[in-house]
Amino acid sequence: MAVMTLVQAVKSALDLKLADDENVIVFGEDVGVGGGVFRATEGLQKKYGAKRVFDTPLAESSIVGAAVGMAIAGLRPVVEIQFDGFMHPAFNQLVSHLARFRYRTRGERPMPVVVRFPNGDGVRALELHSDSLEAVYGHVPGLKVVMPSTPYDAKGLLISAIEENDPVLFLEPKRIYRAVKQDVPDGLYRIPIGKARVLQEGTNVTLVAYGAMIRVCQQAILEAKKDGISVELIDLRTIYPLDTATIVESVKKTGRLMVVHESPRSFGVAAEIIARVNEQAFYYLESPPRRLTGNDTIPPLPKSEDLYFFPPERVYYELKRAFEA
Amino acid sequence: MTAEQKTATRRSAKPSTGSLFEAFDPLRGRRLEILDENGKVVGGEWMPELSDEKLLHAYKMMLLARVADLKAVSLQRQGRLYTLPPSLGQEACAVGSAITLEKEDWMVPAYRELGAWLVRGVPLSRVYLYFAGSEYGNVYPPGVRVLPTSVPISSQLLHAVGIGHAINYRNRKEVVITYFGDGGTSEGDFHEALNWAAVFHCPVIFFCNNNQYAISHPRARQTISETIAQKAIAYGMPGIQVDGNDFLAVYRATQEAASHARAGRGPVLIEGVTYRMGAHTTSDDPSKYRESEEEELWKARDPLIRMRKYLEAKGLWDETREEDAKTEAQAKADEDFAEAEKWKANSVDEIFAHVFESTVPELEAQAESLKSFRKWKEGR
Ligand SMILES: Cc1ncc(C[n+]2csc(CCOP(=O)(O)OP(=O)(O)O)c2C)c(N)n1
Repeated sequence: MAVMTLVQAVKSALDLKLADDENVIVFGEDVGVGGGVFRATEGLQKKYGAKRVFDTPLAESSIVGAAVGMAIAGLRPVVEIQFDGFMHPAFNQLVSHLARFRYRTRGERPMPVVVRFPNGDGVRALELHSDSLEAVYGHVPGLKVVMPSTPYDAKGLLISAIEENDPVLFLEPKRIYRAVKQDVPDGLYRIPIGKARVLQEGTNVTLVAYGAMIRVCQQAILEAKKDGISVELIDLRTIYPLDTATIVESVKKTGRLMVVHESPRSFGVAAEIIARVNEQAFYYLESPPRRLTGNDTIPPLPKSEDLYFFPPERVYYELKRAFEA
Repeated sequence: MTAEQKTATRRSAKPSTGSLFEAFDPLRGRRLEILDENGKVVGGEWMPELSDEKLLHAYKMMLLARVADLKAVSLQRQGRLYTLPPSLGQEACAVGSAITLEKEDWMVPAYRELGAWLVRGVPLSRVYLYFAGSEYGNVYPPGVRVLPTSVPISSQLLHAVGIGHAINYRNRKEVVITYFGDGGTSEGDFHEALNWAAVFHCPVIFFCNNNQYAISHPRARQTISETIAQKAIAYGMPGIQVDGNDFLAVYRATQEAASHARAGRGPVLIEGVTYRMGAHTTSDDPSKYRESEEEELWKARDPLIRMRKYLEAKGLWDETREEDAKTEAQAKADEDFAEAEKWKANSVDEIFAHVFESTVPELEAQAESLKSFRKWKEGR
């Protein structure tokens, strides 16, 4: 066991899989010598050599597109895109090829590729460094989308992702890259993709969140508790495939639902979850399901960041309203 | 031998013929240099025509860019500005290129173009405001034909091409200059932009700040081409490599590119060989990926020192003037930062404004919800 931050847990997973399977290779912009902008690959090139861990030219489409070809030829690429906003140049490869090779070839060509990138707000960054468009990726058939909320989960989920034969987008909540520390086992362990986790049991309302929002929710829950509201908190862990069963089961027990995410509201993850709950547990609901989300605006530059992204208090406020409704 | 050294040994091996672009055909491995590291004229035959007044103006702009940049970095360290990309060492590329253009011409920058912004009439206060984290830092005075700071690498090159296309469509005589780094030449958008511009004869100057690094990635690993300038050949346009720390060489090449473009002869690719003397951004640590000997080497090639020595030799400059100009630049930087810092944080309405021309019900509801939360919070 070692105490690790989320970035260190990511590095530990990469390290172990590089050691474990010679088909695993790691590449992207600045991941080699520089160790990645968030240092998630620091030291790996030294340890495994530039053949296994390397810097590429500055071109995201080629990073993802080449990974597709490598996967076809039997490698297991784990690539890094520096920021959420720089996924966009790779979008064509993501949608046109990565997501559909298996389907296109009737299973002949699986795609064991992991695309890692930071997600979300909270680091007072330049334009395009604060986007969180996980719903967009979840909307693309053929992609699995994972987002951990703790170092422990990050390591276990990333190991599973690398071992998957399907493409996994691994979104790392950058706001908590270094904010949380946790005991993490030294060796390989796996957390299944597609399974949510009930983080805290409760009886009055089901709160669903993921990534950096989990901590925000946990703080809000403490306050809600003082008002006698008992919250069941579910960490989604995987955006797609979505673990409907765990959510529905919880809502059947609590009778109320609130979903929280920082990414834009319209056509978002919350909308999908609420639709599923309405389909499968409508008659158990005691009040309309609610959602607290980011707004449908461009994430503002740092001067207005605090206005745009909500604090735990906002979750508490909305929770109370969900409960009182 | 590095590609850079190879070019250096082959430089001026062949006699020049005819026009600048013929003489510096990238396939001949020559680099345009007018001033050497000591400010001595070594490429006199290519000397641009420049009045003393304009030379002095140019030097003062370079000095202002330098002073304003150093101030920005120190303000960032104090937490009064957010992450920013220093432009230390790239003043000759920025000022030498932008200063050749006319008011009606367009500039399409990336994010490291302080000298060019200032030359084109972007108020320094706005530059500071942008790096203080406000979109209002992208709002320039009327008539300033400069596009906002572009963060995603190379995507802005296509906007320059589009503007160039529109200029041709309207039969205007304007030109567009767009800036990008050596790293930027790897993105697909770079190649698509050069191709389109050449096919449609768009009046675009593609100006590459080859500052040797894309964050930690050295130029030699970004592309295996001996020069970036030679990439122009494949697309069917002139390319030229210039000493990017030599104001006169940058000026001469850009001026020639602008007349080429203005004459309807299409785009030109200029590679300014320079060095990013500071960090990539204020969150980067260059000591991880480059040696201090290399940094020292380039310190000796400082574009400001070279230009200053040249002006001194011409009798246009001396210690007193230098001190006065520095004091003036410092005062301007202080004043403009003070103005930027006066800017208040945005209101709720402001963060919802300008997503669309007029608002939509979804956004109105979201703004209302945020306001009701804030009211509740105040009342707690
Ligand atoms: C599409 C995209 N990918 C990655 C980045 C992150 N990034 C910012 S600057 C940079 C290096 C750019 O190097 P270069 O083009 O040489 O310009 P320089 O910063 O040296 O001026 C990278 C990788 C980005 N801004 N956009």
